[in-house]
Amino acid sequence: MNQQDRIKRRDKIRNFSIIAHIDHGKSTLADRILEKTSALTQREMKDQMLDAMDLERERGITIKLNAVQLKYKAKDGEDYIFHLIDTPGHVDFTYEVSRSLAACEGALLIVDAAQGIEAQTLANVYLALDNDLEIIPVINKIDLPSAEPERVKQEVEDVIGLPMEDCVLASAKNGIGIEEILEAVVEKVPAPPGDPEAPLKAMIFDSLYDPYRGVIVYIRIVEGTVKPGEKVRMMATGKEFEVQELGVFTPKPDIREELTVGDVGFMVASIKNVGDTRVGDTVTSATKPTAEPLPGYRRLNPMVFCGLYPVDTNDYNDLREALEKLELNDAALQFEPETSQALGFGFRCGFLGLLHMEIIQERIEREFNIDLITTAPSVIYQVHMTDGEMIKIDNPANMPDPQKIEYVEEPYVKAQVMVPNDYVGAVMELCQKKRGDYLDMQYMDENRVNIKYELPLSEIVFDFFDTLKSSTKGYASFDYELIGYKESKLVKMDILLNAEKIDALSIIVHRDSAYQRGKIIVEKLKELIPRQQFEVPIQASIGQKIIARSTIKAMRKNVLAKCYGGDISRKRKLLEKQKEGKKRMKSVGSVEVPQEAFMSVLSMDESK
Amino acid sequence: MEPRGVYVHVPFCEQICHYCDFNKFYLKKQPVDEYLDLCDIEIKNTLQKFPTNGISSIYVGGGTPTSLSTKQLEKLLFSIKHYFPIHPEYEWTVEVNPGSADEEKLRMMKEIGVNRLSIGAQTFDPILLKKIGRDHQAHDVEKTIRKARDIGIENISIDLMFGLPDQTIEQFVDTLHEAVSLPIEHVSAYSLKIEAKTIFYHQMQKGNLSLPGEDMEAEMYERLRTYMNDNGFEQYEISNFGKEGYQSQHNLTYWNNESYYGIGAGSHSYVDGVRRINHGPLPKYMDSVIKTGFPYREEHPVPLHEQMEEEMFMGLRKIEGVSLPKFEQKYEEKLTDVFAMVIPSLIERGLVHLDESTIRLTEKGLLLGNEVFEKFLLVD
Repeated sequence: MNQQDRIKRRDKIRNFSIIAHIDHGKSTLADRILEKTSALTQREMKDQMLDAMDLERERGITIKLNAVQLKYKAKDGEDYIFHLIDTPGHVDFTYEVSRSLAACEGALLIVDAAQGIEAQTLANVYLALDNDLEIIPVINKIDLPSAEPERVKQEVEDVIGLPMEDCVLASAKNGIGIEEILEAVVEKVPAPPGDPEAPLKAMIFDSLYDPYRGVIVYIRIVEGTVKPGEKVRMMATGKEFEVQELGVFTPKPDIREELTVGDVGFMVASIKNVGDTRVGDTVTSATKPTAEPLPGYRRLNPMVFCGLYPVDTNDYNDLREALEKLELNDAALQFEPETSQALGFGFRCGFLGLLHMEIIQERIEREFNIDLITTAPSVIYQVHMTDGEMIKIDNPANMPDPQKIEYVEEPYVKAQVMVPNDYVGAVMELCQKKRGDYLDMQYMDENRVNIKYELPLSEIVFDFFDTLKSSTKGYASFDYELIGYKESKLVKMDILLNAEKIDALSIIVHRDSAYQRGKIIVEKLKELIPRQQFEVPIQASIGQKIIARSTIKAMRKNVLAKCYGGDISRKRKLLEKQKEGKKRMKSVGSVEVPQEAFMSVLSMDESK
Repeated sequence: MEPRGVYVHVPFCEQICHYCDFNKFYLKKQPVDEYLDLCDIEIKNTLQKFPTNGISSIYVGGGTPTSLSTKQLEKLLFSIKHYFPIHPEYEWTVEVNPGSADEEKLRMMKEIGVNRLSIGAQTFDPILLKKIGRDHQAHDVEKTIRKARDIGIENISIDLMFGLPDQTIEQFVDTLHEAVSLPIEHVSAYSLKIEAKTIFYHQMQKGNLSLPGEDMEAEMYERLRTYMNDNGFEQYEISNFGKEGYQSQHNLTYWNNESYYGIGAGSHSYVDGVRRINHGPLPKYMDSVIKTGFPYREEHPVPLHEQMEEEMFMGLRKIEGVSLPKFEQKYEEKLTDVFAMVIPSLIERGLVHLDESTIRLTEKGLLLGNEVFEKFLLVD
């Protein structure tokens, strides 16, 4: 292609993503768009094509981004090239969302015609507006009996301030309004800018590890052109690679001779580690580099740590291999070996947030078939010792003796919560309970309020997000950034089972809430740990002082006294299941403890 | 060893009990006569394929066998009698629902040769009876028993249940009191277990079921054992009590890990070392018998280690336990060798008792039977 061809082609490109709340029909709409643009033959069409991983399908969320190139013949008779870029929908992955939005010029905002706009959508719409994206509002599921498109239109106008006079009314499920959406993309989303002859500037918005070809980098070309055989440089890491293969997903990988301005595709370059290809980094030419990287690159640091242990100690090496494999594909995952008296050998792992943690844990259990015990998540505490030394603690069990501690600092975040004004009270109550310091409150419009608090990170990683959602009926949108460390009155609380301290259950708590937390935790453990053949006392202590106690009564009856007649296989199955259940428990001292008990120290449920 | 027992299943009920997860269908509009024809064919084919010298126990259960009309039930009992060679010393039990066994039906049974009834009393508390979905009245039980005895059936068992929703210790003791005052020879007492696909299960899911809980259930079980033993019903199995000479021969077949035939929809059999399960749904059962002559859904040849496991987890249900010499005779291995890894810790925990000739559950072990049985599963 010559320069003119590239510019001509560029003007026909439309890059966009879809912003939607979970369940509002993003995946279905993506499928319909794929159908309408004949990206797939009917035979290849699986429902929810874009969510490839099992886990994504089951949870109904998108974890890994996908970018698909589609051809569309518009009503004006011209052929257009669409790049549809998928985005994850959870606060843990906000940064990834912002990067994939930065690869677009437009976004479809999908709002459920019955439910109206919801929290996470709002946060992403603001991200999109920050990135100067053209937003095309779509009211979906208009054929539901409970649909109220007019009310929802008004709501979007009020809350986001988007003009809704020509929003699209659609039902992705039944194929209504799909063509209108595609035409709106052609008309409203601007063609990408950029000079195809300028030095290469491409943004990495995702990467994926392939065991045969190394890291596959997903890029958006902002300036210049790249071809196989050229040397490229990652501007943040300084690493250089030779481009082996370029292409786009249609959604099948489709090899191309070049990627140029406006293109969204993939690059293979013998890259062995995803850590070398950080999301947000700029790829440039090694021989003719650009002067300035693209703005917005941020290194991702894990904020939440927990211990991962195999239930069966023989699985330790398998667990290490599993983590190594996942790390290749996930630059934000960190891990190092650790030992626990109660659980044996395992790993201390670092994650972006709680969802990230749960996803990794679930992938290990499913894809690698290893039963795991996860200890309660912790943040990194800075412990200042009496001798002037400062140590970092990411495992509560390692907290030094109180006598040796001068003071402890914990990470704080600045949190923004946006809610309709009806829920201001609920949000403030929650933030106060989570040891928050009120900063500021602003009315965004007559209905929407932006509340700012400083909060300890440890309080957010627990159950903040869930509580926030439930206490605001899902209307709150929430974002936070780390602002540094602050001194706090923190103490280590130990849990004893049968008078034996269980290191994996230790947590760090604020002194003022220690008694209450201790009480909740021992009660929760009593509920979760099945009766044993002897009585098991549960205690919570700070230092030597017992602050809460409870007792699991001895098992009294476990015998099948039911008429099964000649159905021996059923009896066998019952016994096998019982035996299997015990295998999934960890014998700690002489007590059989189920996996979920190790997370129970997070329990904040006071109703019990 | 050739089977000496046969179980025949009647999968019809006039009313579905709230706890029941057996293979059963609401009687109305079911192809009952066709079903009975196919049972006849199944029996004939089964005996051709797996002959026996003589049957010494027959058990007709359900469902509700007495939900059949007298004519229908007679046809079924006649098929059994016609094909099976019956040993002179035999036990023939039919499960009887107190609400649906009139004199005519009982007389017919007696004439064909039924000599034992198992009556589903469950409880004598009228409120509890209603709560568990039984359609009979408490006094129907005694009426049925008296009628049967008048006719000449002189071996009668009743089923009781404990751990029922909202059941108190006092209510259960009252039921026990009523039970032992009746002219019966045998009592089976089962604790309620909530199974999936039952009415209780759904009530529980919705949080609408308040069960007595483990401690109270244990208490009830202990009361049961003492009360029965004190009143001449000797416990011989975890859930079974009988006057001297009146142990259920049929159930002993299961606990002794012996062979048995299983006829009808959803029945289980154990013949020539193979456990078979019949199709449960009626159309499948009938279709299979018509097309292949047999209704098997699953066939499982039991490997030696499973046989030994079953010998243990069934045999230990008996109060007398498992005989060491008999085990050795059957498997040509010493029981204490095969289970050398598990027995010492069970003894140490006070759950089993071992002497020269037997291994059996202790009193503590009786209450924690499943904890013991589990250990006798050899393969991890």
